[in-house]
Amino acid sequence: MTERCLVVLGILGALTVVLVLAAIPLAAQAPAAKTSGAAAKKSYVQPRTPDGQPDLQGFWTNSTYTSLERPKNVTKEYYTLEEAVQVEKEAAAREAEQTLPGTVADVHYDLTQFGLDRSQSTHAKNLRTSLIVDPPDGRLPAVTAEGQKRAAETAVARKRMGGPLDAAENLNLGERCIMMANTGPMLPMGYMSGYQIVQGPGYVMILSERMHDFRVIPLDARPHPPSTVRQWKGDSRGRWDGNTLIVDTTNFNSKRPGVGDNFAAGQAFRGASEDMHLTEWFTRVDADTIQYRFTIDDPRTWVKPWTAEVPILKDEIQGPLFEHACHEGNYSVGNMLKGAREAEKKAAAAASKTGSK
Amino acid sequence: MRNEPVCVAMVAALCLAVTTVSGQAPSYRAPRTGDGKPNLNGIWQALNSAYWDIEAHSAAPGLVRELGASNAVPGGMGVVEGGELPYKPEALAKKKENARNRLTLDPEIKCYLPGVPRATYMPYPFQIIQSQKHIMILHEFASAVRTIYMDNHKEAPADSWMGWSNGHWEGETLVVDTTGFLDSTWFDRAGNHHSDALHVIERFTARSPETLMYEVTIEDPKVFTRPWKMSMPLYRRVEKNAQLMEFRCVEFVEDLLYGHLRKPPSK
Repeated sequence: MTERCLVVLGILGALTVVLVLAAIPLAAQAPAAKTSGAAAKKSYVQPRTPDGQPDLQGFWTNSTYTSLERPKNVTKEYYTLEEAVQVEKEAAAREAEQTLPGTVADVHYDLTQFGLDRSQSTHAKNLRTSLIVDPPDGRLPAVTAEGQKRAAETAVARKRMGGPLDAAENLNLGERCIMMANTGPMLPMGYMSGYQIVQGPGYVMILSERMHDFRVIPLDARPHPPSTVRQWKGDSRGRWDGNTLIVDTTNFNSKRPGVGDNFAAGQAFRGASEDMHLTEWFTRVDADTIQYRFTIDDPRTWVKPWTAEVPILKDEIQGPLFEHACHEGNYSVGNMLKGAREAEKKAAAAASKTGSK
Repeated sequence: MRNEPVCVAMVAALCLAVTTVSGQAPSYRAPRTGDGKPNLNGIWQALNSAYWDIEAHSAAPGLVRELGASNAVPGGMGVVEGGELPYKPEALAKKKENARNRLTLDPEIKCYLPGVPRATYMPYPFQIIQSQKHIMILHEFASAVRTIYMDNHKEAPADSWMGWSNGHWEGETLVVDTTGFLDSTWFDRAGNHHSDALHVIERFTARSPETLMYEVTIEDPKVFTRPWKMSMPLYRRVEKNAQLMEFRCVEFVEDLLYGHLRKPPSK
C-alpha cells in the first residue's frame, strides 16, 4: 500500500471516529435514561480540582456482566430490563458453579466463596448487549489481509514454542502476572475491577487494583516518545475538552499473543498490531458515573476502527484498593510447571517399563 | 502494643527530626498547590549509592563475574545517621547471611515490590501526584505504588509489601507514617533487613525548587535495639520530557525463577 493511500485511510478513519462520536451519545443515553434518571444528568454541576480540572477523583469500578462482543445468538442492541436481569442471573450462577470440565467433580471454584465476584460488589447494570457500540453489530470489524497473515504467523510461532506448560513464557500474561485486561483500554475483569483516580497539577493518575498497574497521564501536550520506545501499556497523553478527558495512547509493543490465544491479553487487544492507536474519552456525567468510551484504530489489523463503551461507576464502599502483589505471591506458575515435569517423568518411566517387557 | 521505652525513644527521635529539618533549610518556602499545601508534585530520584548499602561502604566487586566493572559496587558515605545500624545480635547474623546469599535472596533481583523506604532510593525515578485526600507515590520500578491517605486515617487493613501510609502536613513537611509491612523486603542490596513490626516515619520537605530533603525514622523492636534515622536529598528530574517509563520486570526474571522447570528438549 502506498504512503498516500495510508494517509487517505487515516483521514477516513479519523472521520469515522468523529461520526461515531457524534452518533453514540444519542444511542447510549436514551436507554440509559430508563435506569438512571436523565434529569439528574442535565443538572449535574461538574466539580473542579483546586487547580481547575474537572474532578474525576475517587474510587471507581468498571465491573459489569456485559461482554465486549455481542453474543452470537443476540441480534439487538439493548436487552429489555427483564432480559438483562435474566442474563446477569445466569452469568452469576455460572461463576458460582465454576467446576472445571474434565476435572473431578469436587474440584469446584465458587467465586462467591473465595472472592468478591461481580454480583457482590458495585457493577453496572447495563442494558447493552455488548460493550462494542461500533460496528453496530456489536462485534469486532473484519480483519484485514495483513491482520490475518500476522495472526497466522503468530499462531505458527506460538505452536513452535510448545505446550502451555512447557515454560513460564508459554502461559498467558495474566497467569504470569505481567498484565491483565485492565491494561490498555480499561476493560472489566471477572472480579476486582477497581480503580482509583487522583489528579495533581498537569496530570491525571489512574491506578488499577489489578497488579497495581498505574497510568500517569500528562496533560501538557508533550509529544509521544520516538517509535523505538514500546511499552505493554503504551504511552498516554491527555487533554481536557470541556468536561471530557481525552487520552491518546500509542507506542504499544507487539508482545501480546494473538487472537484467541490468551484470555487476558487477547481480550484487551485482540491481535492488534503495535501501531494500534487508542483514544479514550472520560466524561463524568453525574456524581456516581463516568462515561468511558474508547476507540481502537489499527488499519494494519481491522478494516475500520472500533469503539466500545464501558460504564465506570463510583465504588459504593469507596476503596481502599488493596495491594495486588500478583507476582510476589505467584505460586501457580512454578507449581504448574513442576506438576507437568513430574507427569512427564512418570509417563517416561511407565513407557520404559512397557518397552522393557 | 509497643512498650513504653520505645515510645519515649520514638518521641525523642521525632523531636530530633523536627529540629534537623528546621535547621537545614530555614529560609525556603515551597510553592503552594491550589489548596494551599507545599507543592511536592514532580518526578524525583535519589542520587547516591544507598541502594547498594545504606551504611558507609567502600567500592567492591559485583557478584556477577561476567559483568565486571559495570555491575561493581561504588563506594558511599552512607545515609544512616550516627554510624552503625543498631542490630540485635541475631538480626546482625541474618544481615550477614543475606549479604552472602544475595543472588538467591534479594527481593529486588526477583522483581518483587521493594518496600519502604528502599523504593525511594533505588536507581529509578518516582513521581509524586498530590491531591487533597490522597498523595500518590508512583515508582518506575515494578510499578510499585503507595497511596498516602491524608484524611480518614486508619490502621493497615492488611499487611503488604509497600505498607499502609497515613500522612499529614507539619508546616512545610509532609509526614508519612507507614505500618502493616510484611517481613519480606530489604533496605538495600547489602542485605539490611527488618521484620513485620517495621514502622517507618518519613518526612519530605522541599529545600529548594529542585530538591527535597528526605528523612526517615525506622522503628523495629524485633530487629533493632533502638529507632534509627537515615536522610538524603532527593533531586527533581528536570528534563522537559521526564516521565516514568514502564519497567514491568516480571518478564525479565521468569527464566531466573522458573527456568529450571522448563521442559527439557526432546532428543
